[in-house]
Amino acid sequence: MNAMSQTVPDELARLEDDLMGDIAAASDEAAIEAVRIAAIGKKGVVSERMKTLGRMSPEERQVLGPALNGLKARVTEAINARKAELRAAAIEARLATETVDVTLPVRSSPAEAGRIHPISQVVDELTAIFADMGFSIAEGPDIETDYYNFTALNFPADHPAREMHDTFFLAPDENGESKVLRTHTSPVQIRTMEAQEPPIRIVIPGKTYRHDSDATHTPMFHQLEGLVVDRTATVAHLKWVLEEFCKAFFEVPHVDMRFRPSFFPFTEPSLEVDIKCDRSRPGEVRFGEGNDWMEILGCGMVHPNVLRAGGLDPDVYQGFAWGMGMDRLAMLKYGMPDLRAFFDADVRWLKHYGFRPLDMPTLFGGLSG
Amino acid sequence: MKFTLSWLKDHLDTDATLDEIVDTLTMIGLEVEAVDDKARFAPFTIARVLTAEQHPDADRLKVLRVDAGDGKPVQVVCGAPNARAGLVGAFAAPGTYVPGIDLELSVGRIRGVESHGMMCSERELQMSDEHTGIIDLPEDAPVGQPFAAWAGLDDPVIEIGLTPNRPDCTGVHGIARDLAAAGLGTLKPVDITPAKGSGDCPVRVTIDAPDLCPGFALRMVKGVTNGPSPQWMQQRLIAIGLRPINALVDITNYVTFGWGRPLHVFDARKVAGDLVVRRARDGQTIVGLDGRDYTLTGDMCVIADDNGPESIAGIMGGEASGCDEGTVDVLIESALWNPRNIARTGRDLGIITDARYRFERGVDPEFMVPGLDLATQLVTELCDGTPTEARVVGYHRPAPKTIGFPFAEVRRLTGADVSPAESRDILTRLGFGITGDNERAEVTVPSWRPDVDGKADIVEEVMRIHGVNNVAPVPLAGHDAVNTKILTTEQTRTRAARRSLAARGMMEAVTWSFISAAHAEAFGGGAASLKLANPIAAEMSDMRPSLLPGLLSAAQRNANFGHGDVALFEVAGTYQSDTPQGQRRVAGGIRRGTAKLTGPGRAWDGDAGTVEVFDAKADALAALEACGAPVDKLMVEPGAPGWYHPGRSGVIKLGPKLVLGHFGEFHPRTLEVLDVKGPACGFEVFIDALPEPKRKATRTRPRLDVSPFQAVTRDFAFVVDETVAASTLTRAIAGADKALIAGVKVFDVYAGEAVGAGRKSVALEVEIQPTQKTLTDEDLEALSGRIVASVEKATSGVLRS
Repeated sequence: MNAMSQTVPDELARLEDDLMGDIAAASDEAAIEAVRIAAIGKKGVVSERMKTLGRMSPEERQVLGPALNGLKARVTEAINARKAELRAAAIEARLATETVDVTLPVRSSPAEAGRIHPISQVVDELTAIFADMGFSIAEGPDIETDYYNFTALNFPADHPAREMHDTFFLAPDENGESKVLRTHTSPVQIRTMEAQEPPIRIVIPGKTYRHDSDATHTPMFHQLEGLVVDRTATVAHLKWVLEEFCKAFFEVPHVDMRFRPSFFPFTEPSLEVDIKCDRSRPGEVRFGEGNDWMEILGCGMVHPNVLRAGGLDPDVYQGFAWGMGMDRLAMLKYGMPDLRAFFDADVRWLKHYGFRPLDMPTLFGGLSG
Repeated sequence: MKFTLSWLKDHLDTDATLDEIVDTLTMIGLEVEAVDDKARFAPFTIARVLTAEQHPDADRLKVLRVDAGDGKPVQVVCGAPNARAGLVGAFAAPGTYVPGIDLELSVGRIRGVESHGMMCSERELQMSDEHTGIIDLPEDAPVGQPFAAWAGLDDPVIEIGLTPNRPDCTGVHGIARDLAAAGLGTLKPVDITPAKGSGDCPVRVTIDAPDLCPGFALRMVKGVTNGPSPQWMQQRLIAIGLRPINALVDITNYVTFGWGRPLHVFDARKVAGDLVVRRARDGQTIVGLDGRDYTLTGDMCVIADDNGPESIAGIMGGEASGCDEGTVDVLIESALWNPRNIARTGRDLGIITDARYRFERGVDPEFMVPGLDLATQLVTELCDGTPTEARVVGYHRPAPKTIGFPFAEVRRLTGADVSPAESRDILTRLGFGITGDNERAEVTVPSWRPDVDGKADIVEEVMRIHGVNNVAPVPLAGHDAVNTKILTTEQTRTRAARRSLAARGMMEAVTWSFISAAHAEAFGGGAASLKLANPIAAEMSDMRPSLLPGLLSAAQRNANFGHGDVALFEVAGTYQSDTPQGQRRVAGGIRRGTAKLTGPGRAWDGDAGTVEVFDAKADALAALEACGAPVDKLMVEPGAPGWYHPGRSGVIKLGPKLVLGHFGEFHPRTLEVLDVKGPACGFEVFIDALPEPKRKATRTRPRLDVSPFQAVTRDFAFVVDETVAASTLTRAIAGADKALIAGVKVFDVYAGEAVGAGRKSVALEVEIQPTQKTLTDEDLEALSGRIVASVEKATSGVLRS
């Protein structure tokens, strides 16, 4: 009994030493798995030993039970620890082989590469501003009749005022009548009055055409027209709308504006509007400062004859209208030096002066972000 | 309209400074476009040459001692042949800017001799082109005095940009009237002492075209001496850019600009018989005072004598009967002409004259006769001679226009409080007559204001003199509700299409609405009704039928700059007819080179490859989807228009008839016509063709049913005839079991020997989503059978083994 109780533990101790040696020597996950199977697998040396417990006397079992269990626990732990170690090392080794040069370029997002033309962006900016003032957007055709472009707007035939507009004519039809490319967005005033009862509050962005081409004129350009018709609109309201518009569009807290009497056939009284600015820096215009006056738009009270052409009684209804060049507004705000480049579709220009597709103008946080 | 300050002060008694006058003019609607204060002429002094010696080292130079009046004569080197002792001229000291040669003088050394200034030529002082010698003044010119003041060069010149509604301000007198009304002084009355005529005017006048000539006044002045006009008159005319001719002609110009009353003078001895005002005969010619030949038409009005037309009425006199230094008897004409006829005649003949400018705007009819008297007075003053009585033909004094005017109208239209007293005062100073009380007046419009027709015109008169800047801004009241109808559906879709295409890496272009006839024809356009009668250039003659030619040309321009891989789009109008309905709203785009969605060119992880039909298809569908088109209901089929590659293009339809767009690679012929090098692909979608979205009763979305059962996929490959469309296969599969089949994807298309000539193999992945129970192998087997059967029925294709 004594002898046995001396021998067996010694043997176990040796076994443990051997197993611990095997565990330490296992160099990869397969090897440690083999060690595990050989030691504590179903037929492993430790498991086989455990099976002998059942045949032992209670006294023997009392001694060897804890010894075997202790051995199994230590071996298991050592195997697990080694396994974790080897797995970690294996991952490290694999990762090391997977390393790439992260400075290699990726493909740019198309949503960043694309561009919105400044004219579209400015239309969207103007839409945001005038929507806030209760306006909606109206449009009309580029090819107009003489009636809508001139006659209904109180331009008498052969009147010198018609010569202020260098008009593009289309080839005459079989009756000898020629359509025109609209010289301004004002025909939409008439079309709107014909289609809609007052109160009317619209802005009209669109293409306009004049037979003119030099450094500051292109045969096609863009206008924004505004029209308010109700029973109370006055010059005082007109001044407020335009001052608020200029502040919002140029994103300055204050602007000085100068309203000068002028002449347009379709407004009476008629006014031209100058805005005070600083042009002392080459290629740059700053609004809200400086001492230069720059003409930016024409406006006035809708002429009684125009109201009549729109089917409205000028003693009941009254209104105001204005028109301005959107290309010029864009140039003033964003500093493009040359109008002609707007129509060149030069991708270098578009990339530089264009806007990112997701930069949709809103009033949430400043128009242009 | 140009005038000088001293000229203005002949008509306006005022102490106002030049700056005040300029500011006021602009603020009452007479916009000052330029002011030349002539300050640059102030430094020049009248000086006498005391001695003139030969330059020691230059044959053509002289060394002068010049006395500029300060008692300290200076040495000046001068090359003028007329430089001599005793000459009195205009001297510029060192430091003076000489405008005619754009140079600031400094003390210089010319061939070793110091020169302290310069004796100036007329050209150096911008007085004329004369540069052969220096200015040679009369002996008694006051040495030491400013030359500019003595010579009238210091009279500031003001130029206003006159709006077409103000004929009254085509003369200095009318401008003075406006300034007086604005409180800047007092208008001086026109001082006309009617000429005492002796005897009838020997030339009679008949008006055969009373519709074109509502009045004609004529007078002869006999025995005149015509020569240069006096210096003061010449100076004024030169200052405003006119060339003095002779006294008679200068007088007509002086009255034209002084009172807005154009006149004409005939040399009476060159006029044969009596005068008749009539329409010209078609094809008749006349040599104008400018020496050019004009061919007239029966719509034009002339003044003719026995020899034929002597003057293009109201526009330009004829050379044959013009006045020159030899004129002894002069006929002065002051007439009225039909403004529209003048405008048309002037435009048709291409003549712009000061007379036309005034007559087409409408001159004061009541000043026809006073204008003649005024001119007569000036002729007799400056040229002597004896006037006859005037002949006045055809003139009926027009009844003055009166307008009922409630004073409240000023407030109604402007929002400003202007008292009736102030309104009355302003109108009176402008020459309007007023009767009535402080509620409502009868306003009589002066004869020189043809532009004033109604109440709004009177409000403008009051407001501009009251001061527009005195109208305080008033906020426009808000609507009673949130502004929810800002954009129409088409406008919303236009914006969405723009942003979605830009988000696909494309750049938005704005190209011309007019293109060349060849380009238009290549894209189905070129109709006669869409051609411009007066294009600005030959290659901008036709309204575009498509956005594509403009975009393709733009792409090629970029390529010529070395940027060949471009993706451009435009969302704008194209023109199918000249009616409003014929203007389409189209989103179009092109890709050229390797401008793929994920970026162009070569890359370390794979090159982009060249653009092709499916790039354009993807763009087209993305634009349509952004516009809210029901993408799952769209049908794509071959049959795009002829400018596309017939085998690599398609049409997008909603239902059998509604074409929403097309896409594809381009026909080589198209690229050839446009002179564009490929590869290129493009598309157009018709935003205006999309149906309005259906109004929904609720915005609530249908309940989301998420299946608890696992979705599975099964792959099939069918061998079909090569003409079978992939869409036929996918439709056949989807139709095999609409409840279970959630999606069909084509993942491979193969044509080659393995499947035989004329056939292709199409591999598809079918997504099966059970909703009632997990499918058993038998269920899946049965479903596969249905799929194969459906495909076989639709395409005669067989499952690839």
